[in-house]
Amino acid sequence: MLILDGLKLEQDGFSISADFGVDAGNKVAIIGPSGAGKSTLLNGIAGFLEPAAGRVLWKGADLGGTTPGDRPMSMIFQDNNLFPHLSVYQNVAIGVQPSLRLSGAETDLVRQALDRVELGGMAERKPAQLSGGQQSRVALARVLARARPLLLLDEPFAALGPALRVGMLDLVAELVEMTGATLLMVTHDPGDAQRIADQTVFVDAGVANGPVNTTQLLSDPPAGMRDYLGV
Amino acid sequence: MIRYWPGLLVASLVGALTLGTLGAVAWRAPIWGGLGSEDWGAIRFTLLQAVMSAVISVALAVPVARALARRSFPGKPVLVTLLGASFILPVIVAVLGLLAIFGRNGLLSTALGWVGLPPVQIYGLHGVVLAHVFFNMPLATRMILQGWLSMPAERFRLAASLGFGSRDTARLLEWPMLCTVLPGTAMVIFVICATSFAVALALGGGPKATTVELAIYQAFRFDFDLGKAALLGVVQFAICAVAAAVMFRVHVPESTGGGLDRAVARWDVHTPVLRGLDMTWIGFATIFLLLPLGMVLLAGLPGLVNLPGSVAGAAARSISVALVSAGLTVLAALSMAVAIQGLRVRRVSKVIEGIGYLSIAASPLVIGTGMFIVIFPFANPVALALPVTALVNVAMSLPFALRAIVPALTEVEGRFGHLADSLSLTGWARLRWLYLPRLRRPLGFSAGLAAALSMGDLGVIALFSDPKAATLPLQLYQLMAAYRMQEAAGVALILLVLSLAVFWLFDRGGG
Repeated sequence: MLILDGLKLEQDGFSISADFGVDAGNKVAIIGPSGAGKSTLLNGIAGFLEPAAGRVLWKGADLGGTTPGDRPMSMIFQDNNLFPHLSVYQNVAIGVQPSLRLSGAETDLVRQALDRVELGGMAERKPAQLSGGQQSRVALARVLARARPLLLLDEPFAALGPALRVGMLDLVAELVEMTGATLLMVTHDPGDAQRIADQTVFVDAGVANGPVNTTQLLSDPPAGMRDYLGV
Repeated sequence: MIRYWPGLLVASLVGALTLGTLGAVAWRAPIWGGLGSEDWGAIRFTLLQAVMSAVISVALAVPVARALARRSFPGKPVLVTLLGASFILPVIVAVLGLLAIFGRNGLLSTALGWVGLPPVQIYGLHGVVLAHVFFNMPLATRMILQGWLSMPAERFRLAASLGFGSRDTARLLEWPMLCTVLPGTAMVIFVICATSFAVALALGGGPKATTVELAIYQAFRFDFDLGKAALLGVVQFAICAVAAAVMFRVHVPESTGGGLDRAVARWDVHTPVLRGLDMTWIGFATIFLLLPLGMVLLAGLPGLVNLPGSVAGAAARSISVALVSAGLTVLAALSMAVAIQGLRVRRVSKVIEGIGYLSIAASPLVIGTGMFIVIFPFANPVALALPVTALVNVAMSLPFALRAIVPALTEVEGRFGHLADSLSLTGWARLRWLYLPRLRRPLGFSAGLAAALSMGDLGVIALFSDPKAATLPLQLYQLMAAYRMQEAAGVALILLVLSLAVFWLFDRGGG
């Protein structure tokens, strides 16, 4: 499991602390007002930000000091998930081998991942030749091909329209179920949380509160959460 | 996520090349007080011509930039590109073109002769200033134009809605903008003119019109007085260091960016008088720039049939110097940019950046003299004339390359840095799959600039020259000095075409 052990992160004079664990295979949403530090928390777990205190552990091993690429996780950002100068195939393959020199088996892996997101026929295209939804699916294909046990999403698919975004979230849920990966997703939309997350972490006033059942949290919100939801 | 030691190494080498050579020079220099009245004359002349060149260039550039900023006309993109091209023009070629107009037998003197006036005298202070204005007025125009175009369009819309006339706009909007742009522009031109050598070599000379750079050359070449050359080198560096220190404090506007051919929407300038005024300035700038180049072309074409046999060898040497210098500049600038952008210790990255811009203040002749002093005990410096020329031009191109590459790299890291980190794109993979593809434009521009500057460089090569292994600019200068003007015109045309071609090829290669 993923354990945030007395974790404290500081960025630009503001700090957020978290002290909880997430069981392997769980789907967890991280919600809270903008500026509360949701993305900071995710960046700390991903290794873009060194903790001011505490540790991030995966399966008992301290991830401190390991680079983002060496951590057992894939990440999808708000935007800029694809390199515009690389083809669809290369954009997926670079997640498997940064040198882009793939073995036969690795090439097959990339092809299968592209087929899985129904982009097998567009491998040679550049991202600019794809629709927004197709671009997001390329990023998901890379997540699949990398097959890391943790998936971090930072307000993903924000550029897509509502229907497309919901469809993409369902695809994420499907892929995560299929691979048994653990999902952490930052969102500002309680609807997203309800849609795919069993558990939800509520971030408020510099503290990330441990995950609780999403449906329960939304039906009986604590005080800070009520202000956020406006109920 | 990528190694910083290449940048640190390059920065140390560049530091050694600029500061180290100065140290070598200073070490050989006699104690202060060795400056004779001639040397003081050279210092005075250097400052005088640099101030005059800067002031006149800027004064002419303001109305031209204003006209370009508020008018659209066919051919404007070409003119704006042409303004940028003057920077990569070989100095000695432009001098030849200016002589064809302002020289003793030039167009202007001939025209004056028709009305019974004596020919104009181009050699001396006004010739030097004229050539410097020819080179730097376009640069100043682009910098000032950038200032105009970076003013938010809303401000002019607001001015129009408040009923401002063109005078009000000038006083309340344009003047404050100029106040921030002009000092930096003038300082850049001052520094360029204070270190100018080829112009002074061709059009100056004599006790009244010798710059410090030229005096270094003469002390070195004619008297082989290393001590004197060294002392003057220290003086030259001091002048530039003071100017550079000032320059770091004022805002230096960009001149190399694209998009300079748009026009600002204005509601206060549609009177026939203002339109006529603007078109007059644009016409003046076009003629001032194109006429000398047209003369090079006109005189050069017949000269092509009568070229000296050594031209092919000189061209080959110039091209190799240009290619080596382009390659090294890109390598050096990219590794320094990576270190400047990525190093967490801000103080170290600032030092590297400072070293990169240091060569603006360094004088090629000081570097050359210093290298001569360093090389002399071990090898024959004349045999190393070409590598030294390439190296000096790398140092001279670095500030411009860094100005193009560092902001682009910062943008790439901002957009794709986290993604690349999360995919373990480190070292070679990051360079190959992220930096090179995304930095093609600034890298191509830097390579082109370095290639063109080295191709046309008449500086260190004149110091070390081996008559049997001349480069094109040196050969051109030798032909001019021997008054073999027809051959000179042919060589000038070849040099001009080659310089523009290498720049164009590299810049295009960058996409």
